[in-house]
Amino acid sequence: MSPRVVVVGGGHAGTTLAALLRQGGHQGEIIMFGDEVDFPYHRPPLSKKFVDGDLEQWLRPAPFYAEQSIDLRLGERVSSVDRDARRVQASDPCAYDVLVLATGARPRDLSVPGADAGGVVRLRTLEDARALRKHLVAERRVVIIGGGYIGLEVAAAARVNGVDVTIVEREQRVLARVASHDLSAALTSYHRERGITILTNAVVRRLTSRDRQVQGVVLGDGTVLPCDVVVVGVGAAPRDELGAAAGLHCDQGIVVDGSARTSDPSVYAIGDVTRRPVPGVDEPMRLESIPSATEQARQACASILGAKLPDPEVPWFWSDQFDLKLKIAGVVVPGHHVVRRGDPRSGKFALYHHDNAGEVIAVETANAPAEFMAAKRLLRSRHAHSQV
Amino acid sequence: MPTVRYELPDGSLHEIDVPCGRTVMDGSVRNNLSGIVAECGGSCSCATCHVYVDEGQFDEASDEERELLEYAEGARPESRLSCQLVITEGCDAVRVRVPDTNG
Repeated sequence: MSPRVVVVGGGHAGTTLAALLRQGGHQGEIIMFGDEVDFPYHRPPLSKKFVDGDLEQWLRPAPFYAEQSIDLRLGERVSSVDRDARRVQASDPCAYDVLVLATGARPRDLSVPGADAGGVVRLRTLEDARALRKHLVAERRVVIIGGGYIGLEVAAAARVNGVDVTIVEREQRVLARVASHDLSAALTSYHRERGITILTNAVVRRLTSRDRQVQGVVLGDGTVLPCDVVVVGVGAAPRDELGAAAGLHCDQGIVVDGSARTSDPSVYAIGDVTRRPVPGVDEPMRLESIPSATEQARQACASILGAKLPDPEVPWFWSDQFDLKLKIAGVVVPGHHVVRRGDPRSGKFALYHHDNAGEVIAVETANAPAEFMAAKRLLRSRHAHSQV
Repeated sequence: MPTVRYELPDGSLHEIDVPCGRTVMDGSVRNNLSGIVAECGGSCSCATCHVYVDEGQFDEASDEERELLEYAEGARPESRLSCQLVITEGCDAVRVRVPDTNG
């Protein structure tokens, strides 16, 4: 008999898995819980397109779910998992044969005094993006706390819309943990030339407000940045509480193997909530990206249907800032030797990261799609060989 | 409404009516056909909606699309990204073959 699959989480990972199971001929029930009320949507546009009309991009049209016999239960939060009874608790109990946790990540809070004022927003959900869009109109002043990819994308989109933008980064450069010095420097110049202020080595001490609306950001050195809006982009933490409470092995994320299985063979976890093996990297890691989510959906699908596991993918992701289309293949570990092709000031370049043995292990590209695709293919063929 | 014939990696054929203004990728995603992964949702970023299509029915590929396809697995002269293939009134008997290499 075909198993009943219960998916907790209605993001890119969960939705992809549900669709893939039907593509693969799965006949059993598929029940998908999503705690948001919107139909599943593409998340990348939220930080890239929030000033124009392309904010709402549905993963699948609304009738899709019923047509595919996917029982989508929106606005329903799963509060616990009973692995012995094989049942989750939502508004009602729901039995499963196979459980898939695809609960994603939540934005980290800014823990400084005043962070609860009005006009302090974060960006994770479509609802967040709708709120942010109302705040970010021309002539307004926004301070973005956190110079990560989300912060830089929001900064670029807001600036194009005529907003006065300041980025506050506590490290000595933007993207400090995820990009090379060269890419950080290139992007910093690119943003500054377009009117964005970037402050590094800057610690936020507190936020000031008037009538409960934020009006300033106070830095560690006493500098006050007057503003109308604050966007908090200081990273995301895995929503692994359900898995942890159910006794699954968790370590800053639900730990899974290369088939997206957790420490319980009846339970899978996919997407941003996981800590997963990555080709060419010794320790399991978190990969917060769409390609990782869809790859794990393919792994879980194959495993559930008893099909052959797909070959491991090269980790990659993309980011759009102004007219720069950035694509990064491989896992960037700052500190490696970097060989540059093209002039970063021209906005079209590729940065090749070499390990100590001289092998290319990651490539950061801007407006250079052919270099990106070639590099991804190179990395993929090397991983395939190293596994033999 | 123009009809698009999808030939999938498993050999199956699917005739799908795709409204004008939508893309060949949309028609596949809408009907849950396998093979077109479309990770980025149609922003010409990911190259996971690669198809083979006969010339002449669609606008020429942009430089960006051409570059993405240059090193795509299984690339051929008739390769396109299906998110860039917009269906118009003029489309007639569109036929696409979906390779087994979209990830």
